[in-house]
Amino acid sequence: MLKIKDLSVAVEGKEILHDVNMTIQTGETHVLFGPNGAGKSTLLMAIMGFPKYKVTRGSISFKDKDITGLSVDERARLGIGMSFQRPPVVRGVKTRDMVAACLKGQGNDESIAKLAERADLQDFLERDINYGFSGGEIKRSELMQLLAQKPELTLLDEPESGVDLVNIALIGEMMNDLLEKNCPIPERHCMGLIITHTGHILDYVNARTGYVMCDGTIGCVGDPHEMLATIRERGYNECIKCYLGRVPLHEEN
Amino acid sequence: MKKIKTSKSINEKAKAAANKVATYGEDINLSKYDRDGEEHPYQPDPSKLAPDTKAKMLSAGIMLDDPGQRSGTYLQMDNSPIHFSAKQEGVEVMAVSQALEKYDWLQDYLWKAVSVDADKYTANVELNDNDGYFIRALPGQKTIFPVQACLYMARAKLVQNVHNIIIAEEGSELHIITGCATASRDEPGLHIGVSEFYVKKGAKVTFTMIHSWNPEIAVRPRTTTIVEEGGLFLSNYLLMKPVNSIQMYPTARCLGENSTVRYNSILVAVPGSNIDVGSRVFLNAKNARTEIVSRAITTGGNITARGYIEGNAIDVKGHLECRGLILGEKGTIYAIPELKGNLAGIDLSHEAAVGKIAEEEVEYLMARGLTRQEATAAIVRGFLRVDIEGLPPMLSAELKRAVEASEKEVM
Repeated sequence: MLKIKDLSVAVEGKEILHDVNMTIQTGETHVLFGPNGAGKSTLLMAIMGFPKYKVTRGSISFKDKDITGLSVDERARLGIGMSFQRPPVVRGVKTRDMVAACLKGQGNDESIAKLAERADLQDFLERDINYGFSGGEIKRSELMQLLAQKPELTLLDEPESGVDLVNIALIGEMMNDLLEKNCPIPERHCMGLIITHTGHILDYVNARTGYVMCDGTIGCVGDPHEMLATIRERGYNECIKCYLGRVPLHEEN
Repeated sequence: MKKIKTSKSINEKAKAAANKVATYGEDINLSKYDRDGEEHPYQPDPSKLAPDTKAKMLSAGIMLDDPGQRSGTYLQMDNSPIHFSAKQEGVEVMAVSQALEKYDWLQDYLWKAVSVDADKYTANVELNDNDGYFIRALPGQKTIFPVQACLYMARAKLVQNVHNIIIAEEGSELHIITGCATASRDEPGLHIGVSEFYVKKGAKVTFTMIHSWNPEIAVRPRTTTIVEEGGLFLSNYLLMKPVNSIQMYPTARCLGENSTVRYNSILVAVPGSNIDVGSRVFLNAKNARTEIVSRAITTGGNITARGYIEGNAIDVKGHLECRGLILGEKGTIYAIPELKGNLAGIDLSHEAAVGKIAEEEVEYLMARGLTRQEATAAIVRGFLRVDIEGLPPMLSAELKRAVEASEKEVM
């Protein structure tokens, strides 16, 4: 379970997130909607624990452990993984090296090749990570690394942006692998938190809770499919007005 | 005693340049060093050298106990050639002094690529006791295993004067590993190495040089390569151990059409090291190509990383890549990439970057579960990884091992 309580986060001295509350039960995938600049990415970065994102109030706990003070790598080793929207190029570090690092020494050439095949990135293993990759290639490479890392909580920042229609199905399937197939249903323990603009990925992942973020806080909680329909129809402002004040279902218990 | 005899006019030129200060690098007072060292005895079986000597040579890539993967060996201790042998037909390995006795024509190759009056260092080699290796691949002969050559400084405070001649005859293929090392870990000395490479029509030469000096040694190599039509010269240079002062600017002249030159350099400056190293290529014939890549890391020393490409013929193409990484609080990297085009129809480009490790890259790797230290190490290792096109896999693997053996000291 991921539990975020009264979380406020500042970046370079400026408060971006305030009083965010969110609970993702084990096995659930939640979706974050919101206009540009609402703080969606900031929330993901803060959960992952990047030092630039300073928690000024509140706490984040994961698997019943307070992780607010843990470093990025400690959180990664605890089971949190993130796909980057614009990952850096690291010259000389091969895609293969990244996948191997994600496999934590558990993999071999064969398992790496299999993952590359899954992501249709067979020819990218010997290339410097992200160097000259297209938007879609970056997305697939990020998901391939996560498939190797097998996180219990997967944080995805707009996994479908910049991806063409052919690739979106592949990305959807990979996300499905990450969030569902890695975990057989009876003992499903994978959690996901996904930022999306288009909602395309709702066709691929089994998400039952959605949030609309606005001005650095969560404006409403609800069924993501309904939310998406409202957002499409009336835009974010109406959506927030409509859902404002509604209490998250799982917070009532 | 002078082992290499040259013409009077060359000698006169050298005398005139005896005090000529070099264009780059701090000026070295030659009188601080002894000129005449004792002669070292010839060693028919180099595996019988002292274990400590062999270990130091091994640190520069020279294998004496199990030289099965070498097609020849040349060893020079101070100014004495102490061993030379060739194991493969079609390859000649000997001291230049001996080769001059065997071949009259060799005089025509001395001081032809490198000017004897370039500076006081070249002049000093000519004017004093010197010797070096003569490595030659006969026409059409291709070696699989490299020839290894070691220039070893045994006595402290001595000038080691080296004059090497390398000839790859038409259509031949030659691989050379040169390792330079010192007996002492802290005594001063001066190494001056003149090397003249001749890559004939359609020949291919790969030259891999590993330097393993000590913090008091000054080094002034002077190297020029002449590449004829369709020839390929590929040079890899590795300097990851401490040195007091090194300045070199090896130069290649592409004189034949479709000739190709590649220089790769990996430079590491620890505190106290002053490194001024570049690569210079003149593209003087149609369709000549070059690529110069350097990677410089300082952990507190100073590095000047130069590069120069000059295009003097149509359809030539050259690229220069110069990247520097500053690890720690001190240290300087001065990258100076230069391009000169003298006519239309040429294509020259460069990229240079100097900085510290990007925090964003470290965090990216940390988000995959690597600790900060592991992430930093992976990035430094990646930085030092230069994929060398055209180098035989065995040499690639050796170079990779040499880099890995030293990279721990960097981190």
